[in-house]
Amino acid sequence: MSEGAATYRVARGTRASRYGALVAIAGLAVLISLPFWGGRADMRTIVEIAYYLALAQLWNLLAGYAGLVSVGQQAFLGLGGYALFVFAMNAGVHPIAAIPLAGIAAALFAVPTAFIVFRLRGAYFAIGTWVVAEVYMLSFAQVSALGGGSGMSLPAAVVKGIAAGRMWRETAIYWTGIAIAVGAIALVYLLLRSRHGLALTAIRDSEEASSSLGVDNFRTKIWVYIVAAFGTGMVGALVFLTKLRISPEAGFNVVDWTANVIFIVVIGGIGTIEGPIVGVIVFFVLRELLADFGSWYLIVLGGIAVLMMLRAPQGVWGLIAERFDIRFFPVQRRLVFDPASFRFVADDREEDKRDR
Amino acid sequence: MEWLDAIIQGVLLGGLYALFATGLSLIFGVMRLVNIAHGDLIVLAAFLGLAMVNGTGVHPLISLVVIVPVMAAIGYALQRGILNLTLGRDILPPLLVTFGLSIIIQNVLLEVFSADTQRLKAGALETASIAIGEQIAIGWFPLIVFLSAVGVIAALQLVLFRTRLGTAFRATSDDHETAALMGIDNRHVFALAMALALAVVALAGTFMAIRTNFSPAIGPARLLYAFEAVIIGGLGSLWGTLAGGVILGVAQAIGAKFHPGGQILAGHVAFLIVLVLRPNGLFPRTRDR
Repeated sequence: MSEGAATYRVARGTRASRYGALVAIAGLAVLISLPFWGGRADMRTIVEIAYYLALAQLWNLLAGYAGLVSVGQQAFLGLGGYALFVFAMNAGVHPIAAIPLAGIAAALFAVPTAFIVFRLRGAYFAIGTWVVAEVYMLSFAQVSALGGGSGMSLPAAVVKGIAAGRMWRETAIYWTGIAIAVGAIALVYLLLRSRHGLALTAIRDSEEASSSLGVDNFRTKIWVYIVAAFGTGMVGALVFLTKLRISPEAGFNVVDWTANVIFIVVIGGIGTIEGPIVGVIVFFVLRELLADFGSWYLIVLGGIAVLMMLRAPQGVWGLIAERFDIRFFPVQRRLVFDPASFRFVADDREEDKRDR
Repeated sequence: MEWLDAIIQGVLLGGLYALFATGLSLIFGVMRLVNIAHGDLIVLAAFLGLAMVNGTGVHPLISLVVIVPVMAAIGYALQRGILNLTLGRDILPPLLVTFGLSIIIQNVLLEVFSADTQRLKAGALETASIAIGEQIAIGWFPLIVFLSAVGVIAALQLVLFRTRLGTAFRATSDDHETAALMGIDNRHVFALAMALALAVVALAGTFMAIRTNFSPAIGPARLLYAFEAVIIGGLGSLWGTLAGGVILGVAQAIGAKFHPGGQILAGHVAFLIVLVLRPNGLFPRTRDR
């Protein structure tokens, strides 16, 4: 080999990421214009896909990168939902403006919650987060100002305050949904490409090694937990702005807000940004196919997730990425040969594989 | 007197929680597995009991003769067929697989038995009681449940410390690689531990079904009670688990006295208080990784 002549450079972008970005921008433009040519039912479905995508990205950030397998994210979803109602009804905040405030409220609750659940590790952390979510649910059911166990509805005056006319109200909620999904992907992507992302991937690969290299594992995890709570709270506010009604059962529902999300991430591929996107597509396709079969839907979904975990823990996206070696969201730094300086034909794909 | 009564009933309820928790504690001790489907397996046992009692008309306690070995067989097969594949350094596979199983069991039970609440009828045993003084009476059935919990834990202690199987359990728990070098078949030992755990689950599920209404959806709550009893008592200590169950039961009984909706919340809060003050539980023998 021609050691002396070859030059190397550190690359992050891939061909897929460059073309992918163009396709994504075009797709996004189509989605943003949808209210002007699409149907109302389509808009509702897309908002639902958007919030599940955001939840999946956030859960993946927790479990796939920080090693925090939470079964209690419904705590922050419900908190965000209730915060929206309180801000919009009692403080008179514009409902769309109340969404980020709801995220901040959820993040504030995440601080004392983390203080308790971080005393548990690994699998015990998972069940501990679930207990805390139950505590939130049972506590909110006791607050009569928030409708107690039966919950409350968003008054028509507040709903009308979003925008003039039904079309603009629905469009405003729709755009907010798109913004939250794109924002969640961007948040995770930028976080992973930053210095903190390097720490996170190090923690994912080995906690002992990362702490020996000077990463403060505990601090990093706490921050990720709070950031995920912030995002989940915002999604919660969006969810219940579309539903217009909240109750402790609906807000803190473990199947809707955690089981489905876990299945999406596991089927799509944990520990990648593309995985939750693929998973959310699989999830909604399956839901359409099995719409008439009641609880068989969850049985099939759970069965697929269990099979994936046993046979292909890297998920659908992991299988695709292995087979074709493509990455739309490159977060790793790769050492690339400059082929011009190299006498033999350099096989880029081999290079990529070794580097991974 | 009213408070004393609440505490006594809480202690007896704690016996049931200890039975919920014993299986969870055992399998964590032997193979460091946290089974999220544990609560749903308790409910599965209850429904198997219901099917048998409705089908044959036998007394629920007699049905245990069949339900206990059936659940043990399910446990062996579950561990050999699925859960052994998930064990390793990574905590994600066992957690997510048992979480998936939990959702599957719940929804299969929902399809087969509907969402209706059910109850196992135990005849006169349900209401028989011993009067102590003027105002306090102890139900025979809660007392039987509590004494069964004590008996099961004493028996498991004997198995763990006096038999070859127990030696194998403790050896794989300490270091499964070295245990394998000594000729222990880990896969078989793990499956036996799960079989034993689900035999206790069968007992717990049947007792629960006689004591309270149940439906396919109540599994996760039982998992949380079992988990709380294990953590309050301290990891790796079966007698600690009994104490944890009793503390949880008493907390719930006292909570119910304060406020009708406060029963379950009080149990959870008691758990969180112990977690903050004594993160390793009250009587820990082993530490989490």
